[in-house]
Amino acid sequence: MSNFLLDAQNIGISFGGLKAVQNFSMQIPKGDLFGLIGPNGAGKTTAFNLLTGVYKSQTGTVHLDGVRIDELKPHEIAKAGLSRTFQNIRLMGELSVLDNVRLASHLRGHHSIWRTILRTPRFIAQEVAMERRAMDLLAIMGMDHLRDEQAKNLSYGDQRRLEICRALATEPKVLLLDEPAAGMNPSEKKTLAKSIRAICDDFKLTILLIEHDMGLVMDICEKITVLDYGQTIAFGTPAEIQKNPKVIEAYLGEAVPQEGAATP
Amino acid sequence: MKSLATHISEVPASRAFRPALMLLPWLVCLAIALIVWFIAPHIVDDYWVNVLRRIGIFIIAAVSLNIVNGYTGQFSMGHAGFMAIGAYIGAGVTYYGSLLIHGSTNDPAFYTQGTLLMLGGILAAGCVAAGAGLLVGLPSLRLRGDYLAIVTLGFGEIIRVLLELTSTQIYDAKEVTAKALLKFPLNGPVGFERIPGYASLFWIYLFAAITCLIAYRVKMSSSGRAFLSIREDEIAARSMGINLTKYKVRAFVLAAFFGGVAGALYAHTGVNPSPTDAGFARSFEIIIMVVLGGLGSISGSILAAIILVAMPEALRDLQQYRLIVYALLLIAMMLLRPQGLFGVKEVWDLFRKRTTKKDNDPHGPARFASSTGVPGGAP
Repeated sequence: MSNFLLDAQNIGISFGGLKAVQNFSMQIPKGDLFGLIGPNGAGKTTAFNLLTGVYKSQTGTVHLDGVRIDELKPHEIAKAGLSRTFQNIRLMGELSVLDNVRLASHLRGHHSIWRTILRTPRFIAQEVAMERRAMDLLAIMGMDHLRDEQAKNLSYGDQRRLEICRALATEPKVLLLDEPAAGMNPSEKKTLAKSIRAICDDFKLTILLIEHDMGLVMDICEKITVLDYGQTIAFGTPAEIQKNPKVIEAYLGEAVPQEGAATP
Repeated sequence: MKSLATHISEVPASRAFRPALMLLPWLVCLAIALIVWFIAPHIVDDYWVNVLRRIGIFIIAAVSLNIVNGYTGQFSMGHAGFMAIGAYIGAGVTYYGSLLIHGSTNDPAFYTQGTLLMLGGILAAGCVAAGAGLLVGLPSLRLRGDYLAIVTLGFGEIIRVLLELTSTQIYDAKEVTAKALLKFPLNGPVGFERIPGYASLFWIYLFAAITCLIAYRVKMSSSGRAFLSIREDEIAARSMGINLTKYKVRAFVLAAFFGGVAGALYAHTGVNPSPTDAGFARSFEIIIMVVLGGLGSISGSILAAIILVAMPEALRDLQQYRLIVYALLLIAMMLLRPQGLFGVKEVWDLFRKRTTKKDNDPHGPARFASSTGVPGGAP
């Protein structure tokens, strides 16, 4: 197998005549932070949905750590080690913050109905471990004081961070973040960028990030892929992307000299 | 540095095994049953004892339906079908069991020793109903909302029609062979007659307490969170590794099992179980209890079952107007508390002091923003 932790080759999907994503390939080495950018409707989220199994890819293959995952169901892909957040936040609104994180540890445990009904020592130990881990993760994101709050009552920024927490609780190998900074103010964004970078460095976690905020992506990503109309139009380091005429054209509609295109 | 790699499953059991503690909740169930059994007949007359029996049975039905409709958010309208299956199976075990023991229905001892037979019948009823739950649960994987409701409604009607079509021939002891039993001689529209009321307050409330205990434990477990997450957002749930198929079916099977138990108990309260018990009127009755109590709230379901069974009885003085008053009260309750009596919470949640204070300043900086450890400070 390849040396890449996440290796997507030529995946794609069309909805009727619309080619949402075509020949999308991406190789991420272990421990790297990659970015995926593109104008609105370029197919970024669709690419995420293909990787996580929400949509079935019509072409190509996806390997995670040498295991083929594109034929698995979403929950099996999550178990294989690919976790994600959502562009339009999908938290379990009625559940508490703690429960949101705890339920994501579900896939690393054993949940026999008999143990649940009899409350065996093993069941209790597992529940205690789940709670402890969830609290650790909440502490890392600075949210442990909100543990009993209902998720729907959180502020927008907290909801975004809770989603990251929940995704981390699945113990992923690769974390996919779909516009984690959307709707945040500049200072919140800065904090978030640091958190993401720190998660990547401290946990040796591999991250793929979709983001509209060019500044954020350029600051923290090692490599960036640019999508437009479902096609990969560029791939490279932030500096290369900023100078790439195709990227500038995709964002501004025409080739403009200088690097102004990168900061809208 | 905390590592992401501490696997939940590898954490060793930290607590010593204490059988006494494990048994305690079950003993509490037993105690509740004994208390109701001893005290109720001294306080109320026979008529209200019968009402209490119905309340207990509907508590089982409502709490179990809550697992599907409340926790998992799958709108099932066929719970009476599971109850009817349970009722016929339970009655059948008692009838044919007695027949096999005593040889003839004319034997004066016929139907005595019924309690053990009833318990066997309850177990069998639960298992058969759980099997039916599996059958209904499977199509539910492809259906949502209204469509699932229609399928489960249809299931109840199918059970009703099938029960009406069962063989009316009740066999004598000599004719009771495995082959004869395969014809399902459940006496069709008439049902088994004169099954004595072995389901005393003790048994009914024992099973009701056990049902509530199990429902509570399921709710407060990782399985329960999986159920609730399916209700909240299926796409997010499966992206977080919840196997939707497994948990939807698990919810249906659990609910159907206890629905069957409730039905079997019902068959032993001195009534004739009939096919109309599988109809949607009964299903709606249970759904109203679940919705009124609050989707996902066990104590809500219990309270709603008590209110909705007792209220029509208490309103009997109003004679022909009582159903109008009953309906008006229902409408008023739903207008005043559309989320049900307790919402998703339990009754004790309402009294518990909130441990966390909601502070108004924006969330503390994330750990990586500050050089010190954990902000927020709450233990």
